Amino acid sequence: MGKKLLTEHFGVQGIQQLQVYKQHGGYASLEKALKKTPDEIVNEVMTSGLRGRGGAGFPTGRKWSFIDKKSGKPRYLVCNADESEPGTFKDRYLMEVNPHLLIEGMIISSFALGAHLSYIYIRGELLYVYHILEKAIAEAYEAGYLGKNILGTGYDLELYCHPGGGAYICGEETALIESLEGKRGNPRIKPPFPAISGLYNNPTVVNNVESIATVPAIIAMGGEEYAKIGIGHSKGTKLISACGHIKKPGIYEIELGLPVEEFIYSDEYCGGIRGGRKLKAVVAGGSSVPILPAELILKTEKGEPRLMSYESLSDGGFTSGTMLGSGGFIVMDETTSIVKNLFNFTRFYHHESCGQCSPCREGTAWMEKILHRILHGHGTLKDVDLLWTLQKNIDGKTICPLGDAAAWPVASAIRHFRSEFEDFVQHPEKHLDVKHYFNQIEKKELA
Amino acid sequence: MPKVTIDGKTIEVPQGTTILQAARMIGAEVTPPAMCYYTSLKTSGGYCRTCIVKVSKMSEANPNPIPKPVASCRTNVEEGMEVLNYTSPEIVEARKGVVEFLLANHPLDCPICDQAGECHLQDLSYDHGSDDTRYEFERRKFKKIDLGPFIQLHMTRCILCYRCVKVADQLTDERVHGVLNRGEVSEISTYITKAIENDFSGNMIDVCPVGALTDKTFRFKSRVWFTNPVSAHRDCKKCCGKVTLWYKGDEVLRVTGRKDKWGEVEEFICNECRFEKKQTLDWEIEGPTAIDRHSVISANHYEKIVEPSLFKLNDIKPFED
Ligand SMILES: Cc1cc2nc3c(=O)[nH]c(=O)nc-3n(C[C@H](O)[C@H](O)[C@H](O)COP(=O)(O)O)c2cc1C
Ligand code: SF4
Ligand code: SF4
Ligand code: FES
Repeated sequence: MGKKLLTEHFGVQGIQQLQVYKQHGGYASLEKALKKTPDEIVNEVMTSGLRGRGGAGFPTGRKWSFIDKKSGKPRYLVCNADESEPGTFKDRYLMEVNPHLLIEGMIISSFALGAHLSYIYIRGELLYVYHILEKAIAEAYEAGYLGKNILGTGYDLELYCHPGGGAYICGEETALIESLEGKRGNPRIKPPFPAISGLYNNPTVVNNVESIATVPAIIAMGGEEYAKIGIGHSKGTKLISACGHIKKPGIYEIELGLPVEEFIYSDEYCGGIRGGRKLKAVVAGGSSVPILPAELILKTEKGEPRLMSYESLSDGGFTSGTMLGSGGFIVMDETTSIVKNLFNFTRFYHHESCGQCSPCREGTAWMEKILHRILHGHGTLKDVDLLWTLQKNIDGKTICPLGDAAAWPVASAIRHFRSEFEDFVQHPEKHLDVKHYFNQIEKKELA
Repeated sequence: MPKVTIDGKTIEVPQGTTILQAARMIGAEVTPPAMCYYTSLKTSGGYCRTCIVKVSKMSEANPNPIPKPVASCRTNVEEGMEVLNYTSPEIVEARKGVVEFLLANHPLDCPICDQAGECHLQDLSYDHGSDDTRYEFERRKFKKIDLGPFIQLHMTRCILCYRCVKVADQLTDERVHGVLNRGEVSEISTYITKAIENDFSGNMIDVCPVGALTDKTFRFKSRVWFTNPVSAHRDCKKCCGKVTLWYKGDEVLRVTGRKDKWGEVEEFICNECRFEKKQTLDWEIEGPTAIDRHSVISANHYEKIVEPSLFKLNDIKPFED
């Protein structure tokens, strides 16, 4: 069994209550942290090798060290709890089951950054989790962990939970900041980066829920100890939300470096493919990352076993690799239609594009229309090539990474499953929905 | 002052100059097209992506290239920076892609559009686009909307450059103009189609690169290339009073701000000058306006007045935030 730092107390009855959380060692890290200097905490996190769990995997300690402390402007910490990526549902679970872990992490991280006002920006649809957090925050205020003069140290912190309006794009950090400011959630053009000019044009750090919730564990065990877990530049444990055609979908905390094969097939984790079917493909890090066929997800192109780590999953670049991303692990068995799945993803990105920049606004809509046409049996081979050029024309040419996130699934699906697309457009009757199919037969027979 | 090299041409520019501005200082031959950036509108640019270039060397201090293309209108030059625009086949190809995206949902109704002949999207597609379209789906359509007595919005043609939104934000005092919805169905709108009543609202027409915002007092009076531009001024309490009058015969058909070589208004004008002063007597005439733009608009006006090459480049100043 791997180490459990985040999910250790998930089974404890009433862990959502401060009292119970404390009985299990809660807020001890906070007390320990408040005895250190903020810089010591930043160093601790830097030593731990923790990388952002929101998708990009940027080292958290480094991000913290960039925050502008010289200008004397107020600094903010914003927790990104907008989790809306298809296939990713780990933050929701973490906040729902153990809200105080996040709150404790928020207080320590805010203290490290010198922030006196911090926010948790939570996805609008998760209103019930918002209420759980609100309750926990109220308890923390009551206990003197929040507010003025925290635990008599002279440190003040106000923490607010703010529900979003239900837009995936508000998970992009600058769109999130705009939204938090009460504006339309459009990503900003960078630079300037939030560390210099973020919320209300002040230095701001935006971190994922899981990144922040890991901080108490790092303080408890020390950065050096934390860095012993994992492999290479992938330190510590990571929550993986596994879904799709597996026997045991759910949230798993893994030590980074776990072989993918073990994760999919062992009874401790996914338990293998449902119904004894064969594995076809995996989207390893949330819908945005490239899809990989079974042979490439289990082994790298060089034939080495693929591991659940930042480096191993991206081994081979986009030609034969993918990304750890946010940890949304979507497993597809041999019955899955890659074309239909791609349509689903593309429809999502079309729907969620903010529409600011032309390649993403027009491109996502166009790609969806082409896939829709293919799906209804009217596609041609030219459509497959057109999809390929369109994704290329979007990739890297947009304001925010949503454009890339829309392009990569298309690119990788065609890269690895081109023959399936070609078969779909040449013999649509084989792939169409049964009802649709019978309608067509009827028409043929009538004719 | 940092030195930057664009397509092999080097220039020294003030700190804080963007790549686009530096390119304009060098000359049209290295300048990328810009559909959303507008020098005098703060925070404009970055949206359309037509101005993308490749930074092959970031700076003297950091000689690495920037892996992705950057929006030249929103990227400042640094000492020793090297930029590829027309000399990068990758950029030329990528820009073709951007033009295709901008045209994907455009109605291509130039024959019945007032902007035809002075439309930046027309120029853009001639210069940087492909000959035909690969878009085979129904294009989005919107109903025409009257924004008060003078301006008509025809969203169907809009390329969502946000320039008019910036005008509304920055020139008019009460913001009633913005973007509704998101993604491909975003639309420019006024709050519950509230009429825009403001002395400077007419500038939206001038900044609009396409025929989405048009002058209701001029609509369908004439094709622009049949009108003759004349520079004129008057004493105006509200604005600079420096305009271009567009004549057909003896009649002033419309009044606009004066545009520079890059199609940007030199100084914004008020609605009184634009919509209410349409008599020659209202104005001090300065003389014919030469248009240094190889668009249809510059055809047929006058026998060559000034060779475009004798034109001095505009005095471009980096803008301060
Ligand atoms: C379209 C889009 C959506 C995103 N959604 C989320 C999200 O829901 N949660 C999240 O933590 N990060 C999300 N991100 C990444 C954030 O921009 C940011 O990188 C992250 O919150 C940084 O936190 P970390 O360093 O702790 O990972 C998204 C990025 C993009 C481009
Ligand atoms: S890439 Fe898409 S979501 Fe991001 S700013 Fe551009 S249009 Fe908006
Ligand atoms: S109406 Fe014109 S100025 Fe406004 S966003 Fe559309 S194209 Fe740009
Ligand atoms: S002009 Fe630079 S992005 Fe539009």
